[in-house]
Amino acid sequence: MVEYRSTARRDRYGSQINRAHSPLIALVVPWASIVLGSLMPLFPLISSMPLLPPMGFMLFIAWRLVRPGLLPVWAGLPLGLVDDLFSGQPLGSAILLWSLILLALDQFEARFPWGGFAQEWLLATVVTVAYILASAFIAGTGVRDMLSLLAPQLLLSVLLFPIFGRMVAFLDRFRLRRFRTVG
Amino acid sequence: MAPPSSRHSGFSRKAQFSLFTGYVLAGAGALAGAVLLAVSLFNPGAFSGLRAVASDLAAPAGELGAEARTDTQGLFGTLAGFFLSGSKNAALKEENEIARIRLAEADAVREENKRLKALLGLREEDVKPVAMARLIGSTSSSTRRFAYLSAGTKDGVEPGMPVRSPRGLVGRVLEAGSHSSRVLLLTDSESLVPVRRTKGDVVAFAEGRADGTLRLRLVNLGINPIRVGDVFVTSGAGGLYRPGIAVAVATKLNRDGAIARVLSDPAATDFVAVDPIWQPEAQAVASAQQRRALR
Repeated sequence: MVEYRSTARRDRYGSQINRAHSPLIALVVPWASIVLGSLMPLFPLISSMPLLPPMGFMLFIAWRLVRPGLLPVWAGLPLGLVDDLFSGQPLGSAILLWSLILLALDQFEARFPWGGFAQEWLLATVVTVAYILASAFIAGTGVRDMLSLLAPQLLLSVLLFPIFGRMVAFLDRFRLRRFRTVG
Repeated sequence: MAPPSSRHSGFSRKAQFSLFTGYVLAGAGALAGAVLLAVSLFNPGAFSGLRAVASDLAAPAGELGAEARTDTQGLFGTLAGFFLSGSKNAALKEENEIARIRLAEADAVREENKRLKALLGLREEDVKPVAMARLIGSTSSSTRRFAYLSAGTKDGVEPGMPVRSPRGLVGRVLEAGSHSSRVLLLTDSESLVPVRRTKGDVVAFAEGRADGTLRLRLVNLGINPIRVGDVFVTSGAGGLYRPGIAVAVATKLNRDGAIARVLSDPAATDFVAVDPIWQPEAQAVASAQQRRALR
């Protein structure tokens, strides 16, 4: 009786027989998920104070940290533009901040290439807090009441980051899933 | 896991060039962002057309979900009511008694009002809303407070028109696309509404604080006459909002006014009415104000 490797037919991306990765899905999923996060203001949720984490930005950072090298360095320009159109911020603020953050993360990665859960979370915390404070400053919030206004949002964003990481990991598995090929 | 070293391109000329181009593009992107930001800070209305097109494109999806929002809020209300029914029932009964008395009083006042107005030769005019529309969603993470409305210039909505719910003023239209528009909520830090107290001649400005409350600034400084629980309505000054729309109730006093809670919580409103601008001559003032507020 012949022994087969159990991974010969299946791996985490599905069966390997008569199936192939879809280049379209592999390309589109990261960008589409971030754009969908940026469309959050159009979802059925109306709040009288900023409370939710900036979804588009969180997904953007999560994709960058979970899958380094997948988003090109210039991704902040198109994705930031879409975010600006819906977020209510003055146009250009996300383009600027997202681009700068990608460049900064690139520099950081060159110096500390070995990341772990704690380091990535810490990095995401620093970047997210800086981003939210800078956005509020650009939108013209006074420095005095900035902290009391933004504290819930900051806390929620920092605590939720690992969940965003998990979400992105799930999307990444879907991105590389094999689909049945015809013929 | 160490990330694949995307910065090291090796000896491939193609890889080296594409890496270099990537960094050039990233720098150019940051620079473009800075320029756009400067333009939109100095001229807030610069990109309103772009935003209107974008929200027109995405609005139909948001409208579907707006129904679900009001339904789920009803569900939470039902659950909470289950636990609080007894004490609430007693409180409501008492409130109902008082309300009945007040209603009778209000009837009397209305009669008198009509008589006095007839004496003065004033005509009671009904304001017909321009459009009824759904609030689709609002900015959820920015400190600027905007909401999206499911009606645009095709329905007669113009920038500057007041938006109100049955419970009171919600805000005013800032940018109108053809099928959707952006509403500046009362709580936005750039929103400023002239208000007066329902009883007595206390005039103030209601200024948004971005955290769901308003700051009431008295026009006449002196001894602060506001008491906690005072209700404020639009005063009609400026000509944008017609007088008498409920705005806020004072919750905390401070030196030059009070902090007030907005009466019409936009989260609990489904349909809103868009009113015409009260005094059309104020349109010029409104658009000048809008240019300042829109950023």
